Amino acid sequence: MQPALLELKGVSKSFGALVVADNIDLRLEAGEALGIIGPNGAGKSTLFNLVAGLLRPASGTILLDGHDVTATPAEARCRAGIGRSFQVPQPFGSLTVFENTAAAALFGAGKSPAEVADFCADILELTGLIGKADRLAGGLPLLDRKRLELARALATGPRLLLLDEIAGGLTDAECQTLIATIREIRRRGVAVIWIEHVVHALLAVVDRLIALDFGRVVAEGAPDQVMNSEIVRTIYMGVPA
Amino acid sequence: MLERANPVSESRVGEGGWRVVVGTRLSRIAAIVAAFVVVGLVVLPAFASRALIQDLIFVFTMLALAQLWNVLAGWGGLITVGQQAFVGLGGYVLFAATVLAGLDPLLAIPLAGLFAGLVAALIGPLLFRLEGPYFAIGSWVVAEVCRLLCAQFKPLGGGTGTSLPNVVTANMWGLKPVQDLLAVRAPVARDVIVYWLTLVVVVATIAAIYAFARSRLGLALAATRDSMAASRSIGIRAHRIRYGLWIVCGVATGIVGAIVYLQKARISPDAAFSVTDWTAYVLFIAVIGGVRTIEGPVVGVLLLWALQHYLAQFGSLYLLLLGLIAIVMMLFLPKGLWGTFAERADIHLMPLRRRLRRS
Repeated sequence: MQPALLELKGVSKSFGALVVADNIDLRLEAGEALGIIGPNGAGKSTLFNLVAGLLRPASGTILLDGHDVTATPAEARCRAGIGRSFQVPQPFGSLTVFENTAAAALFGAGKSPAEVADFCADILELTGLIGKADRLAGGLPLLDRKRLELARALATGPRLLLLDEIAGGLTDAECQTLIATIREIRRRGVAVIWIEHVVHALLAVVDRLIALDFGRVVAEGAPDQVMNSEIVRTIYMGVPA
Repeated sequence: MLERANPVSESRVGEGGWRVVVGTRLSRIAAIVAAFVVVGLVVLPAFASRALIQDLIFVFTMLALAQLWNVLAGWGGLITVGQQAFVGLGGYVLFAATVLAGLDPLLAIPLAGLFAGLVAALIGPLLFRLEGPYFAIGSWVVAEVCRLLCAQFKPLGGGTGTSLPNVVTANMWGLKPVQDLLAVRAPVARDVIVYWLTLVVVVATIAAIYAFARSRLGLALAATRDSMAASRSIGIRAHRIRYGLWIVCGVATGIVGAIVYLQKARISPDAAFSVTDWTAYVLFIAVIGGVRTIEGPVVGVLLLWALQHYLAQFGSLYLLLLGLIAIVMMLFLPKGLWGTFAERADIHLMPLRRRLRRS
């Protein structure tokens, strides 16, 4: 069998008494799009930090292309093809928008300085930031900061893109643009894992959905199947439907 | 093990017609003017008084230290108040190598740099466990430890220090040719040699920092300062870049320290590891001129030189005034004199921004 793009086997992590990842198993094929839902504090962003390498799991294994990357630091995982956005945008504020993506292209995607201009311009066009390429990232409004999170993650040349709540706070029209952008990213062959509370945006893009609660995968499967499951309804509505 | 694949990139590399621009017409003119200024400074000892040469030695060494601090703290976010550790060690290695081992001072200077770099490499892993203000205090503690160790070193006078015997500088390489060339006495020729050394060091430091800041590593360093987590998540080996920079700056600071104490010809632990002389003044220069600019410290050092020239006779009042100026600047012009001017007027003699342009 072809190894999966990403595979988590029994991954666990606690912060003191708080269990944020409880024996998580997960498998993602190349080019696939997976959505993650769950209440605040369910361990969604922690899962991204584990996959991206900013946190080490207490137990379990993380495989990329069948290779064990559990002990691989974040910078090496990025170069191996994992790009991520942060839930709270973390732009390089003293650099311009273009320089933010250029750093990602040079170090994450391994682009040569000669390739960087075209490569980043393409991504800035895709994410709607091309008109602000020379602006300082620290002075951007929230929507543009979120766009920059996406642009910078894309500029690392990922095969797997981790998106953490990038649709929150967007207007309907902006959300539609974002959906189109992520569809385009998928069309280019990038696998996506997307954490999102804006469920309708998520459902417009993903093939598969999992629900997290207290660090555990409580539901997994086709999007409408998960959304209609008793456990998800209990978590979100408080009562079984 | 892990190969690269960039599906996103394949669509249109090379056909978009975009390019990156850093330099401007102004920056090219500034570079030519700077080259003329450097040439002028090289031939200056033929005309200038000894007092001016000695003043410029002070200006150049302080400027080199300020540029080095600026790259560590301004671009790297490594806010250190312990650079006097490397200045002092550089000075002590120069004394040890010349007085005790009988080496020529010009040979002892690179040796001092290497030793300072070695110490930087050894203490780096310890200091880098600390963040922000803790790092700053840690760096100061390291400098104090170095001072106390040197004070225990009896062959170089222990706590009272020692002087450089005349014989060391009397036979220094290059002294005779410079004496003949300029028709001056040996002490003047020694000042001229030190002047040229400091000029080489400061020009090389500024050129290297400018090239670094414009390079991909300079971009990476700025990213690590703005967000450590995000920089690692885009593939930057943040810890390695910081550590490398720390060592290189240690080497350069050690070299400056050795040259300073070749000029002073007298060393003591309290002077060589003085936080006022080698960190407070240096910080003043960078903050007044403008952190994160290369032009800023040049403005800052000229201002310090002027203040010192006119006000140093007031003793402690002068230091109070320096402190007051620094506080007022930080409150009202946090980007410094040059930094504020450059931003308002959009004038950058040594631009660092990479601008995206359609060709």
